[in-house]
Amino acid sequence: MKLLNCPLNGPRNISEFNYGGEYHPMPDDQSASSREWAEYVFFHDNKAGIVTEWWCHSATSYWFLAQRNTITDEVLRTFAASELVSLKTTHGEGQ
Amino acid sequence: MANTKLKQRLAAPYGLLIDSNTPLSFSFEGQPFNGVQGDTIASALLANDQWLISRSFKYHRARGPLTMAGQDANTLVQLPSAPNTLADKCALEPNMSVTGQNYKGSLARDLQAYIGLLSRFLPVGFYYKAFFRPRGIWEAFWGPFIRKQSGLGNIDQFLIPAYHDKQYKFADVLVVGAGPAGLTAALAAAKQGLEVILVDENPVLGGCLNYARFNLDNSSAKDLLKSLLSKVTAADNIEVMLSTTANSWHADNWLALISGNRLYKVRAKELIVCAGSLEQQAIFRGNDIPGVVMSSAALRMMHLYGVKPGQNAVVVSGNDDGYMTALELLDAGVKVVALVDMRDQDGPSELANLLKQKGCVIHQNSTVYEAFIDKRKHRVSRVEVRSIKSRGQVNGDPVSINCDLVCMAVGYMPTYQLVCQAGGQLSYDDNSCKFSLSNYPNNFEIAGSVNGYWDLNAVVADARNKAQKCVARLRGSLSPELVAPSDSIADRINFSWPMFEHPKGKEFVDYDEDLQIKDIVNATSDGYEHIQLVKRYSTCGMGPSQGRHSALAAARLVADATNRTVAETGVTTARPPFASETLAHNAGRHFYPARRTSMHYRHIEQDAQMMLAGAWYRPAYYGPASNSKSLIDAEVTNVRNNVGIVDVSTLGGLEVRGPDAAVFLERFYTFAFAKQPIGRARYALLTNEAGVVIDDGVACRLHQQHFYVTATTGGVDQVFQSMLKWNAQWAMDVDITNATTAWCAVNIAGPNARKVLAKLCADIDLSADAFPYMGVRQGRVADIPARLIRVGFVGELGFEIHVPHQYGEALWDALLAAGEEHTIRPFGVEAQRILRLEKGHIIIGQDTDAMSNPMEVQMSWAIARKKPFFVGARTIRELEKMPQQRVLVGFSISASDGAMPDRIMPKESHLVLEGEQMTGRVTSCNYSPTLKKIIGLAYVPLNKAQPNSVIEIKCDQGIRVSATVVRLPFYDPDNQQQEQ
Repeated sequence: MKLLNCPLNGPRNISEFNYGGEYHPMPDDQSASSREWAEYVFFHDNKAGIVTEWWCHSATSYWFLAQRNTITDEVLRTFAASELVSLKTTHGEGQ
Repeated sequence: MANTKLKQRLAAPYGLLIDSNTPLSFSFEGQPFNGVQGDTIASALLANDQWLISRSFKYHRARGPLTMAGQDANTLVQLPSAPNTLADKCALEPNMSVTGQNYKGSLARDLQAYIGLLSRFLPVGFYYKAFFRPRGIWEAFWGPFIRKQSGLGNIDQFLIPAYHDKQYKFADVLVVGAGPAGLTAALAAAKQGLEVILVDENPVLGGCLNYARFNLDNSSAKDLLKSLLSKVTAADNIEVMLSTTANSWHADNWLALISGNRLYKVRAKELIVCAGSLEQQAIFRGNDIPGVVMSSAALRMMHLYGVKPGQNAVVVSGNDDGYMTALELLDAGVKVVALVDMRDQDGPSELANLLKQKGCVIHQNSTVYEAFIDKRKHRVSRVEVRSIKSRGQVNGDPVSINCDLVCMAVGYMPTYQLVCQAGGQLSYDDNSCKFSLSNYPNNFEIAGSVNGYWDLNAVVADARNKAQKCVARLRGSLSPELVAPSDSIADRINFSWPMFEHPKGKEFVDYDEDLQIKDIVNATSDGYEHIQLVKRYSTCGMGPSQGRHSALAAARLVADATNRTVAETGVTTARPPFASETLAHNAGRHFYPARRTSMHYRHIEQDAQMMLAGAWYRPAYYGPASNSKSLIDAEVTNVRNNVGIVDVSTLGGLEVRGPDAAVFLERFYTFAFAKQPIGRARYALLTNEAGVVIDDGVACRLHQQHFYVTATTGGVDQVFQSMLKWNAQWAMDVDITNATTAWCAVNIAGPNARKVLAKLCADIDLSADAFPYMGVRQGRVADIPARLIRVGFVGELGFEIHVPHQYGEALWDALLAAGEEHTIRPFGVEAQRILRLEKGHIIIGQDTDAMSNPMEVQMSWAIARKKPFFVGARTIRELEKMPQQRVLVGFSISASDGAMPDRIMPKESHLVLEGEQMTGRVTSCNYSPTLKKIIGLAYVPLNKAQPNSVIEIKCDQGIRVSATVVRLPFYDPDNQQQEQ
């Protein structure tokens, strides 16, 4: 049984967590084009490599993010959603 | 044989595991036998000179013990309660009744042994090549026939399984294997204060130190064992688990250990695998005859079980362990008539001289080419020895040697299974014939012979090193500089090619599946060159021993046949479990969570038929099931004409509090809440980002910064998590609590609801003006603190009364007592569903699907247009630009349309058809006792959405029924009832 390190509760069995999908910053829903919006809602990168994902520790209903390598299933880092502001910046630079 | 003294028992100190003073009687094949406490079934039989224990799977060949360690399938026997029991692993119990299996007639005279004579007509891949024509012949004839011919043991279908359970354990360091490496590693870790679990599948600590010989006078193993045992026993922080198999490795060092009827789930911060090695057989004609054993098996027989394995032994050797085994045999009084050394260079001269002095003839550069069976005793009687010409080839110079025991010592394979389950890679060096394991996880170490160390000092040093590495990692300190121990033996342990093909075959590569050298070679000729394909085509390694003795030999043969190295060929994947485990270990006990409302036992007392809604138990209706239809109709009628109560505790309750509470709800739900007055409730419709309706409820404003939001029974957990997920991103100043189980609730509904409630509620003005429809009040009902919401799911004057959960029964009782004069009656979920259908209310999840948007369910009114954002808003705007495909409408069927409630009636998911074209489907349908006709909801195309349109529904048995689209709601379209 895999362990996942919850930023709030520490390492816990993976069976205590719910997967919440890939993290995608939401585009501005007023200014985004229909295509941009549709891709945000319906398309997932499904990337082979490092992805950022939502996870929820279901016993405490705590949502956080994890960076996971989908090739090795190795979780590189978990962090609180409050770090998202800085993450958005990084994503912006990356693109 | 019965009651005679066991002629093959050796006196103590031989027989570490047995207590020769405690005899046990048992039966084998219906004959009485004697063993002693501590015997396995196999050791007891061997002590009685009974070497034939089982018959092989395919050719029904006589088989006896091979490893004496439960690593092979040669000793599978039948117990009354369990087939396929390993006789060399299973402890003997008093009065045990054991039989062989997979034979016809008797074990000694198996009438199916003739199949072995047909082996040349049963080539590899035989099943795939034959039996498939004509079509269907396999299922009809060959399959059942062959299954009867092979089949192995029989299952007792009336067996009541023994109690099995599970236990969780945690360790700083888990050490698998308690041989020299495991004991050393456990001690080294424990010395640093760590909590250690030491597990071994055997009943005693020490592993090979209990039976193997490491030097001439056999002092080194004994001394080491003595010192290690005393320290391990003294260490408080080492938990020893014996007779326990580490059966599988799962992510992050989560291991399943099996001990008896218990499955242990162990989480270890660090794991050290000291699982040792598996001795491999020499491959020559007749290498499966009872009496042909691994050298380690002979040592186990003597030292663990006090069994003298034979009178005249031949040792066939490719390493020095064969010489040590010969010395051990001589010490136990077994005559070693020949030592056949496959190596062309001189063997260890000191050992050789010693053996020669004791009368042993040493044949250098030679092999046992064929073993012969004594057909009466079912045991090896003679071997033919030939000198080796070249790799796998012999000269024509046979020497015949009589013997009753052949010990094979040609090399080992690491017990790689756990390591490979953890992602480890098994490599093989074609020059040194050494294995190595790599690529296993970070908090995972291997030590001892599984890591390629054979010299006892090197094994101990390796184990100490690995324990130090674990300690350093756990302490977060730098990994110490460690020197890998040197080992002079390791390169000499595996003989490169101990395989000698015989023109007449029967040189077994895989004992489980009766596979010979030519079967593996022919698999490659048939085009299956990849080792994984060879495995599947030939079934090599697919038997109970899972390739423990066939993986290396098969890899060598495939490599040779395809001109590759063994390293290039590789071995097949090792997957859990390591050893067989029963379904009961995995199944064990199961817990079914059940949720009961505070009023649950009141429903039971009132004869309610309970139904499941998720994990919740809810009353379906009250009264005997035989009378359900009229009971439900009566409950409906009583609500419409009088007053009823229904337990709605399972509705979700979410407390949303904080300065941003209203803004949060505005962003989350489709409706507007910012200007919602305190003391009012508003419908709350939830859509996801794809604009799909996923839940609904009401949001009650109790305070400027406090909303009490209800959600559906099945949806509340998702809604709650979804709220938290969004707020993790929005970071609003709001606190969200799922208070579902903190509250219980009753809905009192019907024209007399106000009169009943007024008797119990003095501090709230219940008049229509003071407490209008969709009003929210806090006060006391029957002196219980309560939140009252005027909502109308069932379409009558009604109040939802929410009280703290501990008051459920008190509230229920008070309402029933107060309503007595109005003949108040409880109603269940079935009546509630009819009532809401009459009122045209949808149930999310029943009347919506994964595509339903608000426009399709005619809820555009629930979307606030002026606010800047809500989840799903943008998608809904996009959807509104596109032509709508379908709409949920109400329909009714009168008796004249041919449908009768007790005969033909549309059901959920029945199709709406236009000709043969499928255009929609029914989502809800029921007979309305109020309106005296069938009513329902269905998705229809827009051209059928107008009232009085006629739609056709295909009911059970293909019967088509016409229905008329009607405007919703069916009942009380002006809302006079619910708003009175």
